[in-house]
Amino acid sequence: MNLFIDGLLWIFDPAHYGGTNGINTRTLEHLGISGAVLLIAIVIAVPLGYLIGHTGRGRGFIIALSGGVRALPTLGLIAVLGLSIGIGLDAPLIALVILAIPSVLAGAYSGFEAVDRRTIDAARAMGMTEWQIVRRVEIPLGLPLLIGGVRSAALQVIATATLADYIGGGGLGHYIFAGQQTGDYPQMLAGSILVVALALISEGLFGLLQRLVVPAGVSAGRPRNVRERSVRASAAVGS
Amino acid sequence: MLLDLAREPTSWSGISPLENVPYILGLLGTHLATALPPIVLSFLISLPLGWLANRYRWSRGALLTVVGILYAIPSVPLFVVLPVLIGTGLQDPINVVIALTLYGIALMVRSTADGLESVDPDIRQAATGMGFSSRGRFWRVELPLAGPVLIAGLRVVAVSTISLTTVGAVLGIKSLGRLFTEGIQRNIPTEIWTGILLTIVVALLFDVLIVLLGRVLLPWNRSSKPAISIMAPKLADA
Repeated sequence: MNLFIDGLLWIFDPAHYGGTNGINTRTLEHLGISGAVLLIAIVIAVPLGYLIGHTGRGRGFIIALSGGVRALPTLGLIAVLGLSIGIGLDAPLIALVILAIPSVLAGAYSGFEAVDRRTIDAARAMGMTEWQIVRRVEIPLGLPLLIGGVRSAALQVIATATLADYIGGGGLGHYIFAGQQTGDYPQMLAGSILVVALALISEGLFGLLQRLVVPAGVSAGRPRNVRERSVRASAAVGS
Repeated sequence: MLLDLAREPTSWSGISPLENVPYILGLLGTHLATALPPIVLSFLISLPLGWLANRYRWSRGALLTVVGILYAIPSVPLFVVLPVLIGTGLQDPINVVIALTLYGIALMVRSTADGLESVDPDIRQAATGMGFSSRGRFWRVELPLAGPVLIAGLRVVAVSTISLTTVGAVLGIKSLGRLFTEGIQRNIPTEIWTGILLTIVVALLFDVLIVLLGRVLLPWNRSSKPAISIMAPKLADA
């Protein structure tokens, strides 16, 4: 346990801030990589997911993609891209985008799919155009699930961005790999603690966001039962 | 052949995977020895936890919160932190086994709880009415009926675990991931590709095996398609 204290002391040591290898710089790098990857993944996956969700065509494609990417070892992808386009940030960036796309795609798609067909029929009967149905019914109602998809993508990306530095891409993984090379366990622990902290903060923030984007009309009508009970249970005891 | 395996090579030589079959098989063996215990253990441990999560209102919230946090811990940091907690060496494969078991539990407890919840309350009552004890009802009615959801969860756990086992290689822990780290250090793309393809093939093989196992164990479910959720997350790869 003393090692943990050493790891924490390493984080709070003022000597480890500032410069290209400072904790502030590495953290920003880590967040920068993760943010850029998420943004690219969102730009690619959200329109595609919405298209599949709205038309209902291509569900099999999403299932195959998410299954395939689950089996794909990201480290291998980073390694093979690193060899073909050189070490640095490009290879991890591409690999992480590939990793992030299925979650965002599934979130966008299932957000649309989860909308009750009767709600869409009602919108159409009210005279909404297809475009209005997408913008004013499907997108708002599907937003919590989309954010859920972005949330799991963010978690994966922040976690896996640790590997970026394995081929010189920077980020907080640097402390883990540099620490291992020099036998500096406190430095490795410091890097690990920082990555874990980022991951948990991201989970917390996205969890909060997920609640905030539920449209007011939906949360008002949401059933509160956690465990479904048989109606006969109450019938039998007569209450 | 046996002699070859006994003198297992310690590194890749040349370019073609065909020249390296004993080496690859050695890594594959270690990979499976590391990946299979977490798959089985997380399934077994999740049964009582999933039951508990589904039993009381408070336990569901508490357990799902805990497994949610567990799931959010990135793997490379966990591989670094675990040795300090349990007193193993940094490159001990047991770290990977424990970490992957924890991730498996994080995914599987939710599946188990969801599966048990999906059992029609009327069926539960009918079973009680027929004289099942609560233990007998769990093993002979609720668990079999929750089977398809459990199988779907187990597929996700198996595929993720087999893929994630490779990550330990960045810290020097032996697995198929060695083909990635060695391939990039020595600039051998065929070695990396061999690792990628083999990992995917093994993962998909286990996926198919679990589906078949489900068909054998749950024959009444054969007609309906296995429901695998597309929202089921991929385990974070680091």
